[in-house]
Amino acid sequence: MSLIYPKESLSAYPKHLSPAYRSTVKRSPSQPLIIVPHTLSELTGPVYGHNAVQEGDNDLTKQHKGEPLGERIIVHGHVYDEDKRPVPDTLVEIWQANACGRYVHIVDQHPAPLDPNFTGAGRTVTDKNGYYKFITVKPGAYPWGNHPNAWRPNHIHFSVFGASFLSRLVTQMYFPGDYLFPFDPIFNSVTDEKARQRMVSSFDLENTIPDWALCFRWDIVLRGREATPLDEEKH
Amino acid sequence: MSEIITPSQTVGPFFAYGLTPKGRAQWDPNGSYSWKQTVGDNLVTPDASGEKIHIEGRITDGDGAPINDAMIEIWQADSQGRYAHPRDNRALPNTQFKGFGRSATDKNGVYGFDTVKPGSVPGPNGKPQAPHIVFCIFSRGMLRQIYTRLYFSDEKGNDADPILSLVPAARRGTLIAHKEASGGATVYRFDIRVQGKDETVFFDI
Repeated sequence: MSLIYPKESLSAYPKHLSPAYRSTVKRSPSQPLIIVPHTLSELTGPVYGHNAVQEGDNDLTKQHKGEPLGERIIVHGHVYDEDKRPVPDTLVEIWQANACGRYVHIVDQHPAPLDPNFTGAGRTVTDKNGYYKFITVKPGAYPWGNHPNAWRPNHIHFSVFGASFLSRLVTQMYFPGDYLFPFDPIFNSVTDEKARQRMVSSFDLENTIPDWALCFRWDIVLRGREATPLDEEKH
Repeated sequence: MSEIITPSQTVGPFFAYGLTPKGRAQWDPNGSYSWKQTVGDNLVTPDASGEKIHIEGRITDGDGAPINDAMIEIWQADSQGRYAHPRDNRALPNTQFKGFGRSATDKNGVYGFDTVKPGSVPGPNGKPQAPHIVFCIFSRGMLRQIYTRLYFSDEKGNDADPILSLVPAARRGTLIAHKEASGGATVYRFDIRVQGKDETVFFDI
């Protein structure tokens, strides 16, 4: 069994079945998952380099004729592996609601306005130091039907590839100090406090640009200890 | 000391305009969203050798209801069993073939891919693995992705496959895609039952 992707690290993840988030009840496997070794099929994965993105794809405020309404923000950080080594040249995709908490998705019909100058999708590729940066507007909170008076905390959806199909991560970035945290079953599906804090960005005054945009820093730690794969494989 | 990894969260119901903006399964009556697509459901490249196939199936929940807001990602070797990845350092004849695809499900919970049939790849202890495709499934109600594998009904190597042999015999059938002839094209049908009767085998990897 490969040690490059230790299973214990997955203890930070939510359980598949987390009944407070009602949709998990019918959409989680009921049979035990089958334990299998990591083969070449798992230890490899999609490689999307800089040719997958175009100039400006990481600026969600410049995709239309005018500028979107809302608080302009910078979201940046590094993608690391479990040993805190940078993950370079990896695709990072985001999508989010507009400043009013409305998604352009056809299924989102709650009574908040769409913004003709905001789609809410972006992508970038990390540089050689694992660094990424987006410019966008702060997404609004929005209601959902999970329980009476349910509202999602402000969040940006992230999709990250990493070095293999095992490091693949889809998650959500939250904003510091959100008053909706205690009431959100998706956020609280992560039961460990330290792991939960991994999903919360920090306000970054140092990189806030005067008279222009607030900045938030969010580092992402992917599964895997890729730096010494050949040594690990001999164990 | 290892770092705590960033926990997974659900892809939610609204990913399509960002991750799968074109093609199948768009709820938008106008057909697609304006965002450019990076990864689609057609893996076939001009240089891809091997048998062209179509894979299609329906994904259902514990009530047997279609999951109409899932995203299926697949990862596979080329027809000669090579992965387009630095860890696979064997010769790579199909240099443009990436082996990765992404499909949203439509209103009926149906996903689909056009690709080539993968070749056999090395397994643990040098034993070959039967041709297969790794599936990674995301949807609203899934707080983390679930992994499974597709094997092909017409491959004799399935019986000796080192991963399939770890699956209880009674459940192996859930991992077999069945070959169908459909207007000349080779179609493999692979339904995914997330929970309940004939639940698909998912892997703890």
